[in-house]
Amino acid sequence: MSIKERLSGNEAVAYAMKQINPDVVPVYPITPSTEIPQYFSSFVANGTVDTEFVPVESEHSAMSAAIGASAAGARVMSATSSQGLALMYEMLYIASGMRLPIVLTCVNRAISAPINIHNDHSDSMGARDCGFIQLYCETNQEAYDNIIMAVKIAELAKLPVMVCYDGFITSHSVENIELLEDEKVKAFVGEYTPEHYLLNPDEHVSMGPLDLQNYFFEHRKQLADAMTNAKEIIAKVSKEFGDISGRYYDAFESYKLDDAEYGLVVLNSTAGTAKTVVDKLRDKGIKVGLLKPRMFRPMPHKELAESLKHLEAVAVMDKADSVNAMSGPVYTELVTALHKHDVHIPVSNYIYGLGGRDVKATDIEKVFRDILAAKDNKENLNGTFYLGVRE
Amino acid sequence: MVNDKMGASELPLAGIITESGNSEKFNTGEWRNKRPVHDKEKCKHCMMCILPCPDNATCHKDGVMTGIDYSKCKGCGICASVCPFKAIHMEDEGGND
Repeated sequence: MSIKERLSGNEAVAYAMKQINPDVVPVYPITPSTEIPQYFSSFVANGTVDTEFVPVESEHSAMSAAIGASAAGARVMSATSSQGLALMYEMLYIASGMRLPIVLTCVNRAISAPINIHNDHSDSMGARDCGFIQLYCETNQEAYDNIIMAVKIAELAKLPVMVCYDGFITSHSVENIELLEDEKVKAFVGEYTPEHYLLNPDEHVSMGPLDLQNYFFEHRKQLADAMTNAKEIIAKVSKEFGDISGRYYDAFESYKLDDAEYGLVVLNSTAGTAKTVVDKLRDKGIKVGLLKPRMFRPMPHKELAESLKHLEAVAVMDKADSVNAMSGPVYTELVTALHKHDVHIPVSNYIYGLGGRDVKATDIEKVFRDILAAKDNKENLNGTFYLGVRE
Repeated sequence: MVNDKMGASELPLAGIITESGNSEKFNTGEWRNKRPVHDKEKCKHCMMCILPCPDNATCHKDGVMTGIDYSKCKGCGICASVCPFKAIHMEDEGGND
């Protein structure tokens, strides 16, 4: 039987890491992810885990140590937020380029300037092309579950995984949660057995060597293929996890979308608020639905297009701005996915909640009302709006 | 051993090198402008050119200067300038016109 608990998002992730018992955790504290190394270091100090905990001097060093340890053959996890992820940036590409299965928790927080410690997605969205798998979580339960799955996904795909959830909203709020028994997690993640690793006495390998014009392109193609193949691996691992937990995860969650006429696409905790709004509008007979991506890397483009093609109009809410005089990142990629599969429906973009600006049910209702009304006001469709900003 | 006819699906993942002592196989002498040419008639096998070479490209065996390893030589010309007998001279590699 699973264990009923109440934990914050960060507690849940630290607890999952305790159950996973990784070989090495190099980490540097930054709000709002600080509690993860804080709680985890107490497990290390108490001897609950036998992890080598490396309190490094910066996030660049955290990811560098993670890369070294992972190349040596260790199972490695770390956590960061915002500027911390930004400082890791150089090393993120090296982790993925060297095909190292590092699991990184990114507790989403705004990127400076101006300085702000609250939630938006500008950190992980800025790192969306670094070759990490990205999984996004609405609740503490999803954060806990995805962290456990991420270990297995990373090792099978030979790709690093970033698990993202909302700073403070998810990381610090206490929710009811169902934990798996230690033995179940241990059996699920199993023993890490890398194919090649530096500390293997029977094989002398060099990793990350100079790779010039004759080979670099092929190695990047390997990475691209690995990301494409990761879709199937994520589906397989998620199914296995569902079988032991009863909680099954897809590439994205569809909420009342099948018979909907209007849809909303939004990541992470805002999806929870949006479900309430969907229910409320449904009670009034308005056919609306929600799509909450879990996988952003790899992009489930075909499945997304398939799930949205019957809609009259879609609104995409972006908690990050690409500052490109066009749209936010989720919008850009979703419209690309639709176009790729010949789905041509109006899609509006709402940049919202930057720097932790509160997003209420009434704000989300306004988005739905906008796209419902846009039928008669076509110029509103396909537009980019800054939800609730003071002009 | 990899070669540049191999495709992404055949090459070892991420450029990993699975054999040791392989740097010898790496041809670093591709971008020379001038090449040293060893004149066996003039050479007195004094070994003055052996130590100063930054790339171990001046070769010798059993006290005999045997020539230049062009797969390592960068064409710096140190060997030609230190030779007391002018037994090494530099020639243009061509291709600069």
